[in-house]
Amino acid sequence: MAWKIFLFLLLAFVSVAGIAFPIVPVPTKWYEFPFIPGLKENAKIIFFHVPTAWLSVVAFFMSTIYSFKYLRKKNLDDDAKSYAAAQLGIIFCILATITGAVWAKFAWGSFWSWDPRQTSIFALLLIYGAWFALRSSIESEEKRATLSSVYAIIAFLTVPFFVFIMPRIMKGLHPGSADDTNSGPVIDFKMNANMELIFFLSLIGFTILYFWMWNIGYKSIIYRDKINKQYRG
Amino acid sequence: MNAKAYALYLKDFRSEIRTRYAVNSLAMFVLVATSVILFSIGNETITQSLTAGLFWVVIFFSAMSGLSRAFVSEEERGTSLTLQLIAAPSTIFSGKLLFNIVLVFCMNIVITLLYSALFDGFVIKNLALFIAAFFFGNAGLAIASTIIAAIISKAGAKGTLYPVLSFPILLPLILTSVQLTLMSFEGASFIEAKFELAIIICYDVIMLTASYLLFDFVWKD
Repeated sequence: MAWKIFLFLLLAFVSVAGIAFPIVPVPTKWYEFPFIPGLKENAKIIFFHVPTAWLSVVAFFMSTIYSFKYLRKKNLDDDAKSYAAAQLGIIFCILATITGAVWAKFAWGSFWSWDPRQTSIFALLLIYGAWFALRSSIESEEKRATLSSVYAIIAFLTVPFFVFIMPRIMKGLHPGSADDTNSGPVIDFKMNANMELIFFLSLIGFTILYFWMWNIGYKSIIYRDKINKQYRG
Repeated sequence: MNAKAYALYLKDFRSEIRTRYAVNSLAMFVLVATSVILFSIGNETITQSLTAGLFWVVIFFSAMSGLSRAFVSEEERGTSLTLQLIAAPSTIFSGKLLFNIVLVFCMNIVITLLYSALFDGFVIKNLALFIAAFFFGNAGLAIASTIIAAIISKAGAKGTLYPVLSFPILLPLILTSVQLTLMSFEGASFIEAKFELAIIICYDVIMLTASYLLFDFVWKD
């Protein structure tokens, strides 16, 4: 119970800090963020956009890990875990796409411009969509679990191409792209210490939230399947 | 194992010669898709990058219309159980892959000839690079679409789901192939294109390995 209160306080602090702390040219007080050229006031969305994008990838990764587990052990609980992870993943993926598009409108002038990372998140959305379409087309539980596991693993193999290779060959607008001159690689983001602190707190807070939701999600799927089986049997 | 895979390929090849189902539908599809593109272009002159993109659009959708037959036909005829009895899964995958590779290469040679006859922008300056891109791109296309075809044949909805499942998997390959085709139009050297070629070869190797590893799970009921 205590960790739930802690999580609430953490996310509340991150939300308030992320929205309300001012951006000034030369930060002197602990609550002031630095002015990043090229990002300006838009920089604040980093506290909400990056965690959603991060979680959509984490969810996909977990979905793949449980697909592997399912193929090794053939335990339907692993399929439920993989399914629950993907259900959350598509929600975070949609959120990342929308927050990113809104950010892009103000930072780059248009909602969508096929920047490599936009292409990758679009491909991730397509993969999630195709994965759910595949699942809904198969009746038998075991067959559905096996085929969707195989598809999840194959789809996961394309991730390195999108994440590591595409941004380096295509021209991009995100920080860290091949032709980026003003704000360097993603890691060295010209954030100062307190901005980084709030950024990582936000990342941690959202990740804990994700795991909590995932835990509830897969348990509810397992119980639902059990109840369905009892009705039938 | 290789002899059996080749026998399976011959079986598919002979039944294809008799019915000409895939070849006919593929040829008509290529013709229809190319003529739709030509009608929509009209008298406009299009850039080379657009030509390279349109080239791969036709290749992708033609592949989607013809390649799913490999496994779906076995399920429809009810012969997949027999196949499971007489050969190991990897052998069956090799045979089907060989057939799809031959089909993809024939189809794409036709598309290339059509494009070079009909599109002004389709002028290949570096032929060696184009052939390399063409070879590795088509191999990747055949590998990825064969394993997806196997998944599709075991799933309920057969036709409509195939492009939906294949597109995200093929997207890195298509984007890189478009880039390489454009480079060969512009006359870029192999040194300039080495990164893209490396990506496309990596993709082929990764997909081939993963397909062989995962096909067992798909094939066994």
